[in-house]
Amino acid sequence: MKRPEPIQIVKQRRDAALAALIEGVPYIQFMGIGFERRGDELTGILHFDDKLIGNMMLPALHGGATAAFLEVTATITLSWAMIWDDLERGDLQDLTPQTLPRLPKTIDFTVDYLRSGLPRDAYARARINRKGRRYASVHVEGWQDNRERLHAQATGHFLMPTRPTVGNG
Amino acid sequence: MDTTDEKAQRVRASMEALPHCKALGLEMTDIGGGQAVMRMPYNPSLVGDPATGVIAGGAVSALMDSCGGAAVMCHPKAVASTATLDLRIDYMRAATPGQAITTRAVCHHITRSVAFVRAEAFDDDASTPVAVANGAFTVEMQS
Repeated sequence: MKRPEPIQIVKQRRDAALAALIEGVPYIQFMGIGFERRGDELTGILHFDDKLIGNMMLPALHGGATAAFLEVTATITLSWAMIWDDLERGDLQDLTPQTLPRLPKTIDFTVDYLRSGLPRDAYARARINRKGRRYASVHVEGWQDNRERLHAQATGHFLMPTRPTVGNG
Repeated sequence: MDTTDEKAQRVRASMEALPHCKALGLEMTDIGGGQAVMRMPYNPSLVGDPATGVIAGGAVSALMDSCGGAAVMCHPKAVASTATLDLRIDYMRAATPGQAITTRAVCHHITRSVAFVRAEAFDDDASTPVAVANGAFTVEMQS
C-alpha cells in the first residue's frame, strides 16, 4: 500500500492551488475577499472596508456587495470542486492564474436578503447541489456574527467550462 | 422623465455619495418618476474572468441593485429609503471588455410595503442585454 503523503506536501499543494485560483481574479482582490480552507471545505471571508457601505444612515453593507460576495464564493467553491480530483491525483502541477482551468460562468443568480449587512466582516459557504458536465446548481449562505442567523442566501446556476474530453466524453 | 424634480435630485445625490457606488465608479445618468439609469465605466480592477477581461457578475449585480434602489426611491409614491428583499439576475451574455455597462431600472409596481423592479443592462450593443434583473424592495414608512 502507498504511504500517505507528508502533511506539508499535501497542504502546500492545496494552498498553492487555492491561492492561484483567487489571486488571478482582479475583482476578488478589489472586494477584499479571502478564503479559508479545511480539507476541501472553503469559507469565503469578506473583509470589511468602508468602500463596501451602501447605506450610510444605518450603516449597512451595500446589497450589491453582499450579492457579489455570495457569487464569488459560489464560483470559487465550484471551481475548487472541479479541480479537486485532478489536484489530489497530482495531475495539476505548478498552477498559476495563467495555467488554471477556466472559471464556470454564472447563468443566473438569485439573492435573498434576510438581514441588513452590518459594517463588519461577513462569511459565506457554498453547497453544490448538483454538478453535471455542463451545468451546476449552487446554494450559498452568508452570515456575520452568528452562523445560524444568515444575513443573506443565494442560489445560482452555472455553465461549466469545457474541459479536455477523455475518451468519448 | 422629470430630472428637475427635487426628489430625483435628492436620490441622485444620496446614491452617488454611497461609498460602494463611488468605489465602482457608478454615475447616475437619468432619474425620476420611478425610473433610473446608471452607468458603470469599464475598470480593469472589476474583471471577474482574467482570461477574457470580462467584468465580474458581482459588479453587474451591484450596479443593477443600486439602480433598482434608485428607481424605487424616486417613485412618486415612495418614501425616503429602501432595502433589497430579493434580486434575481439572468446573465445573457458576457459584456464586451473595454465598454461601460449601463442599466435602466423601472419600479413598475409599488404597494405600501413592497416595490417591484425590473432592470436591464447593456454595453455598447443596445440590441441585446448583457443581463436582466427582477427584484422586490422594501418600502420604508416615512417617519
